Amino acid sequence: MSGYQPLSREQLAQRIADDLPDGVYVNLGIGMPTRLARCLPRDREIILHSENGILGMGPAGELEDLDLINASKEQISLVPGASICDHVVSFTMMRGGHIDITVLGAYQVSASGDLANWDTGTPDAIPAVGGAMDLAVGAKQVWAMMEHTSKKGEPKVVERCTLPLTGAKVVDRIYSDLARIDVTPQGLVVRAMVPGLDPDTLQRLTAAPLHFDVRVGGYIA
Amino acid sequence: MLDKTVATLADAVKDIRDGATLLVSGFGASGIPTELLVALLEQGARDLTVVNNNGGNGPAGLSQLFLAGRVRKLICSFARSANPAQPSAAAFAEVYRAGKIELECVPQGIMVERMRAAAAGLGPFFSPVSYGSKLAESKETRVIDGKGYVLEQPLPGDYAFVKAQHADRWGNLTYRYAGRNFGPVMCMAARTAIVQVDRIVPLGSIAPEHVMTPGIFVKRVVQVERQEGSA
Repeated sequence: MSGYQPLSREQLAQRIADDLPDGVYVNLGIGMPTRLARCLPRDREIILHSENGILGMGPAGELEDLDLINASKEQISLVPGASICDHVVSFTMMRGGHIDITVLGAYQVSASGDLANWDTGTPDAIPAVGGAMDLAVGAKQVWAMMEHTSKKGEPKVVERCTLPLTGAKVVDRIYSDLARIDVTPQGLVVRAMVPGLDPDTLQRLTAAPLHFDVRVGGYIA
Repeated sequence: MLDKTVATLADAVKDIRDGATLLVSGFGASGIPTELLVALLEQGARDLTVVNNNGGNGPAGLSQLFLAGRVRKLICSFARSANPAQPSAAAFAEVYRAGKIELECVPQGIMVERMRAAAAGLGPFFSPVSYGSKLAESKETRVIDGKGYVLEQPLPGDYAFVKAQHADRWGNLTYRYAGRNFGPVMCMAARTAIVQVDRIVPLGSIAPEHVMTPGIFVKRVVQVERQEGSA
């Protein structure tokens, strides 16, 4: 287990942000994905949506205002060209296929793109789904941002999810701290790996069969 | 003359009876009708069903109704504290763990669309959200053209408590920034929408194309002075 270094959360956020094309509407899920807002490429216009009715979200500024918050209830600002709408319209954007890409955190992703990201399965946890299921079903593309294995070293990319599902067959891409993997009709296809990581090691850390089509050189931020 | 303004918070909530279903606006700390909720605590109605996106937000308002045992059931998308370091839904967690309240966890956009269906005179509708998940376990499902759907029921309210920015005496409303959130759909889905506003303005002073909720959906408006620095 030597010779390679997983991406830090900052590096992973940067790596995903660098893959966002110019002119897309993007929703960042709560938790890790909100980091992307701080490292968007400056040479592209990427319009951020927040489920509470904000299109054109910018980073927190000097102003403190409880009516300008994101889905994680953090302070944000509005960029020139921003618009505000109510929840009916906001979830129409999310569920109706109008958001180009959503980047969501994930507890588990399966080989067929099933996503588990809302319920850790802890028996006494209070059920809380928020907008995760609407986004998973409705965004044009779902990118899962995740650590490749759990803190205990268990694979989080799996043949079948054991945790409660958020959506079935919804994930298009997996960005883990070790690799970028596409979910295709033929199964999971690895497109990039961190430098020094070999296919056998990545397969050992993954509980579903991987195909390798590494065209991009390294997987670095 | 059509005048929906009400002088006091107590007057605005005085007829709410035990067992009512109450739609409550707000997302995070934004757009919460806290003063109406406090007035309802004083009014005393109990056995309430509350529809709110969160399990309360901080100690004032909904949390007080939970702790006073006034709420029988919460229909909600996210009843947990979003940030464990600043537990905003601690009161709900306490009564829920004690088995004193029922929780119906609903995907946020489906909660919205169920209210919209009720508001728009529609019946149950099929949605792909939650298909194949445990939230769909007790619901009717159907596969149409190869895609799975869940049958969702309209969600009307007896009352809505909404916070808006400005209202005129006809009940036309504007909202401030993302404080709009659930306000428009809840006004439409409730038989009696009660709205607290920062300011009641003269009829005609809101430009018609800037009205966000047309007054036909609003029954009562009450002015609550806006605290400096709060939303």
